[in-house]
Amino acid sequence: MKKLEIEADVNQLNDVMAFIEETLDEAGAAPKTAMQVNLAVEEIFVNIAHYAYAPGKGNAAILVDVDKEAGELSVQFRDTGVPYNPLEKEDPDLTIPVAERQIGGLGIFMTKKVMDDVIYEHKDGQNILTLKKKL
Amino acid sequence: MTINKDVNGKALTISLEGRLDTTTAPGLEEEINGSLENIEELTFDFAKLEYISSAGLRVLLSAQKKMNKQGKMVVKNVSEEVSEIFEVTGFSDILTIE
Repeated sequence: MKKLEIEADVNQLNDVMAFIEETLDEAGAAPKTAMQVNLAVEEIFVNIAHYAYAPGKGNAAILVDVDKEAGELSVQFRDTGVPYNPLEKEDPDLTIPVAERQIGGLGIFMTKKVMDDVIYEHKDGQNILTLKKKL
Repeated sequence: MTINKDVNGKALTISLEGRLDTTTAPGLEEEINGSLENIEELTFDFAKLEYISSAGLRVLLSAQKKMNKQGKMVVKNVSEEVSEIFEVTGFSDILTIE
């Protein structure tokens, strides 16, 4: 288990991605899996950076764990911002013609599609979102 | 990410190299907005694009909407990984991928 505690700010995204890349390298993840995890991590971190503490500031903790036996990577995000369950957000309507389409909720939708499991809980004043992906 | 622009009359080709994400998408959007005047054919060359997130997709959607009014837009040389993102999000139906 490794942990990164970082300011929930979009400017920290590169550090977050470097932390995740390191984990994926160590776990020997395939390029496709690595890209999917990158995508999900970016979407979730950027969501937290934009909404959890707005208009103020705060921290997010990212905990990663590789279960070698189960061949599964888990990435957990914790923040103490506004309680928010992104899984309740409605999926975007992909059938609407392009000219009328608004892109909202696309990030979390993509995250759900590329991860095997996305779990949300609110506990002890924390938003806890866990992503799981088979390696 | 590096952005390469090649204008040939009314055709503009934008080649991207690297990662199109939350950090780099605003720069691309700015480049596109400043380059579309009198352009009737916009081509994105993604041969060297390694990664795209929803921030990048938003920029593509906005470019597609603009080009629908003034011509056409094509995306070419899409990698398998990026292609899968297009599939998952329904963008493969919106974009013209060659």
